[in-house]
Parts: sequence; C-alpha cells; structure tokens
Amino acid sequence: MSKAMEPDLQTPLGRTSGQVGKEWSHPSNHWLRGFVLDNRASLGTLAVFIVMMAVFMIANPTVFTTWYLYSSVLTTLPVALFVVVPLVFVVTCGEIDLSFPATMGFASWVFALVVQAGYDPFLGIAAAVVTGTLLGFLVGSLVVYGGLSSLIATLGMNFLLRGLIQIINEGKSTSLSSLADSWAYKIFSSQFWGIPVQIFWAIAFVVFAALLYNRHRFGAQVKVVGDNPDSAKQMGIDVKLVRVKVFVFTGIGAAIAGTFSVMINFTWWPTAGDGYLLPVLASVFVGGTPTWGGIGTVVGGAIGAVTVSFIQTGVVAAGLSGFYVQFFNGLIIILSLLGHKWNQARYR
Amino acid sequence: MGERIIELRDIKKSYGQVYALGGVNLSVDRGEVVGLIGDNGAGKSTLIKILSGVVKPTSGDILVRDKPVNGWSAARSRDAGIETVFQDRALAVQQTIVRNIFMGRELTGSMGWLKVNKEIEEASRLMREIGFTSKVFTPHSIVGQLSGGERQGVAIARAIYKQAELIILDEPTTALSLTETAKVFHFVRQVRASGRSILFIGHNIHHVFDIADRFVVLDRGKVALTADRSEVKSAEDLINFMEDVAHPGGLPGLHDGAEQRA
Repeated sequence: MSKAMEPDLQTPLGRTSGQVGKEWSHPSNHWLRGFVLDNRASLGTLAVFIVMMAVFMIANPTVFTTWYLYSSVLTTLPVALFVVVPLVFVVTCGEIDLSFPATMGFASWVFALVVQAGYDPFLGIAAAVVTGTLLGFLVGSLVVYGGLSSLIATLGMNFLLRGLIQIINEGKSTSLSSLADSWAYKIFSSQFWGIPVQIFWAIAFVVFAALLYNRHRFGAQVKVVGDNPDSAKQMGIDVKLVRVKVFVFTGIGAAIAGTFSVMINFTWWPTAGDGYLLPVLASVFVGGTPTWGGIGTVVGGAIGAVTVSFIQTGVVAAGLSGFYVQFFNGLIIILSLLGHKWNQARYR
Repeated sequence: MGERIIELRDIKKSYGQVYALGGVNLSVDRGEVVGLIGDNGAGKSTLIKILSGVVKPTSGDILVRDKPVNGWSAARSRDAGIETVFQDRALAVQQTIVRNIFMGRELTGSMGWLKVNKEIEEASRLMREIGFTSKVFTPHSIVGQLSGGERQGVAIARAIYKQAELIILDEPTTALSLTETAKVFHFVRQVRASGRSILFIGHNIHHVFDIADRFVVLDRGKVALTADRSEVKSAEDLINFMEDVAHPGGLPGLHDGAEQRA
C-alpha cells in the first residue's frame, strides 16, 4: 500500500484551531476535537457497531426489543472480554498469543478439579489464576528467552496443552452441579436485576486494563517496546521482561475467562476455550489495534468484542439462516480493517 | 572557559591489529561547543563510543572534572553528566513527545501509576529550555508527525532531562533540510546558553563551522588540528586544511594555531 493513500491526519486538522497567545496550542486544545483525535480508533469501532446494529434492527425490529437477546450476549461476552483485553497488550507489544484457548481450558480444568474435590470454589479460582500465570510465564519465556516466533510457538503451545488435556481426560467432561449453591457462583455468575452479573466484572476488568494501558508504567513500556525495541533497550527498559509480562497477563486473563465459562455452564469440557480463538483475535483487530505494534486501544478492543458477539446473535435474530453468520463475520472484519486503515496513519 | 568537564589523554583503541584511535587528546569545558570533524574512518564514532562508555579504550586516561576515573562504563558516563544523542536518535515514532522524553524513566507515583500531569509539566519545561516550542504541536503530539529537526529536538530534550552537563550530538544534521538544520542549531545554542557543553560531530564542515566555539579535526585516528574559532577565518579554511591533511601540503596559519593550543 502506498504512503500516498494514507491520509495526512495533521494537515487538515493541525492548522485550524491554533489559539494565539497560548504557548502550547494544538488541535486537541478543544476538548471534543482532542477527544475524537485521541480516540479515533475506538470511536471508529463504535461507529461500525452502531451501523451493524441499525441494519439488524431494520431487518427485524421486534426481535431486537426483546431482552432475551441481550441477556444471552451478556452471558457469553464477558468470557471473551477477559482475553481480548490482555491480547491488546500482546499485539501492542509486537507479539501474538494463540495459546490462550488452551490456557483457558487448562486453568478451568484446575478449577474444576479443585471444586470436584470438595474445596471452596474461591480456592478453585485462585488455583486457576495461578495456573494461568504459570502457563503465561511458560509460553512467554519460550517465545522471549527461546527466541522463537510468537505466532508459531504459541500455536504449538496451544496444540500441546490442548492435547495434554485430551490425553489425560480422554475426552470426558466434568459436571460441577455443586457450584449452583456456592457464594462464588452468586458473586460471579448469578443475575442482578435480570442482568448477568459477570458483565459487571468484565467491565471492571476492561476499565482496570484501560488504566493500566494508558496511565501505568507497564502500558507505557509495552507501547515503547512494541514501537521500537532497540531504543527501549538503549533507554534502559528490560525489553525481554516486558514481553514476558504481556504473556503472563494473557495467561491470567485466559484463566479468569475459562473459570467464568465453566461457572456459566456448571460443566467443564476438555474443549473449553477452543471456540474463542478466532472471535477473540478478530475482536482485537476489529477494535482498531493495528498488527504492527506500538499502538492499540483497550476500549476499542472491548467494543470490537461486543460487535463480534452480536454478529451471530444478530444474524439469526434478523431472520437470516445460520449460514449467513460466517459471511457477516468476514464482512464486518474486512469493513472494520478498511475503516481503520483510512482512520490511522502509520508513522515510521 | 570554565571548569573542565571531561578530558581524554592519549586514548588508544585497537581492534585486533587495526588502530582506530592512535593517541587522542580531547577536552570539553563547561559551556563550550566543540565541533568534531573528520572523514569517514577517521575514528569519530569510536571516540563517541568511548566518551559515552559504550566502548572501553585500549589505553589512555579519562579525567572527569580533572579527576582520573577507573572502570569507565556507560553508567559511569551518565553519572558524570554525559548524555549521547546517537545518530538514529532512538525515538519511538508512534508515541507522544512526553512518552519519548520519559522512555525508561517514567515519572510514577505509588504502584507504578504515571504522574501524567507532572510528566507534561516537565516535558514542557525541557522543551522551552531548548526553545522547542510551536503553535502546531504539544507534548502530546506524536513524534512521527514531527520533522527531522523537531525529532532531533525531542532527543536533545530527553538528553538534558537528567541535568546533563555534556551532550554529545552524533551527526545531528545528517539528512536534514536547511530549515531543520537551523532548528537544531537553535536547540544547540539554547543548550549552551543554559551553561551546558556540547560535542557536535558532523560530516558537513559548514554546519560545524557555524555552531562550534572550537574545532577538532580527526584524521586516521589522530587529532590533526585543534583550533579556536578566532583562529579559523572561514569554513573554507577548514576544508582546505582537511584536504591538506589528506594530501600533505600546508596551511601555515592553521598549523601555528594548532601548535599553540597543544
């Protein structure tokens, strides 16, 4: 793609609102324009989502006024959010992690084992998070210290861990009916005024991660490492450690996501997490985080996840057959990428 | 001139059989701009690497404020107040000016949360100090939107942040347009006005001539000439001299100056 096709974002906006007399003035001096400029990726994603929903609603107005539709999306969406958000960090850092589905399965397996053994589910959650942390560290160390391509190495780890789960369990699932009476279920997975409570936890996680990304040393270093690892090193940043940390973060997120998915279904399947690989990756990029690293948006990724999870429900609810789901998935992804391409210039 | 910030005495550096530096004497005083000139392969880069502590000399003494130092290293060099702006500038171009200035030394409060306002305040102060202000951009601007000269300004602002006393600028005007070069000169003059010293390394003799108080010409690993600005009439003099060094002949006036200095 030629450089000339990318719009120069500065010239049209850069000269217009310079307030004379103030030492620093900039297009972003006007709060609204600044807000739009700083958040154009996530706002673009929001626009895609709104247009998509409008199309669905025009196609079938009645279904979209029923609460059930939203309730079902709000039950499954949180699981995706817990992995989409850490993946934004990974992609910003210039890496990719395809091993999170297996980590979800592995960590939730540990959760299931602890609960099945009669311990409190809270202990199970703690065990799952520890498992996720360790697996994230293992995958991260393999990529960073082993000097492997994260694309291939994490793909390999995904098969390896999933295979391990299947071998040991011989494909058998674990039922956890005792969960329904536990405090952990009430706090993490029940309903509150008809709203699935896990969405509140997911939103809290997104807000925390957005702060971590924009207002914390970790986020700042992740962006710099993804942008220019050589200069980050020259300026005294431990580049390898930062890279390992983003994989650990994904491991933790995947563990939480896996645990939530088990709590929703009261059952652990050896395939737990498998179906999330492609929707979650699509969410990150639909959300406006570019593939080349250095920049990204956590909130955009979250909106991307909402968009992707509404596609399937929306297509069916709009009266189209299930065959259309994949087609619309692809259409939304391509349109979003074209939009972001136009929306953000890449600086070198 | 005031206090002597750093002095190199008879520095030699060899890579195997090859001598990159064969006994170089160089000193920088407080508040002066020293221009280091030399052809490709004259040993400029090696000298910079030694000053910034990246490379250790084979032999010779390094004196910081007239005191000899042992175990010279990159950390020691920075402790001594020497900051180097390398040729590639080491900027993360998709990040803001603030993020680049505080790269690797973010201002954080408890738990590692950024002190965003403090960082902006400090960045503004640093940029003002080198006269790097504009109506078009703020500390929040993305470095990739800046011109080459402005990017050099970000790198210089980052270098002076830790009360650096000597800033080494490695080819800061290479690949810059005339106006951008003027900008860099402006920054350099501001840094000098604030009482700091600069070692300005350049290919382009005209650039170095415009900015430096003192010239050091390096040739094949040796100092071929040290001259104060008053001793050199024009950039052409310097160019003639360098050609002379390459093809022996002579510029008597300049040689006298060099001998007096030594």
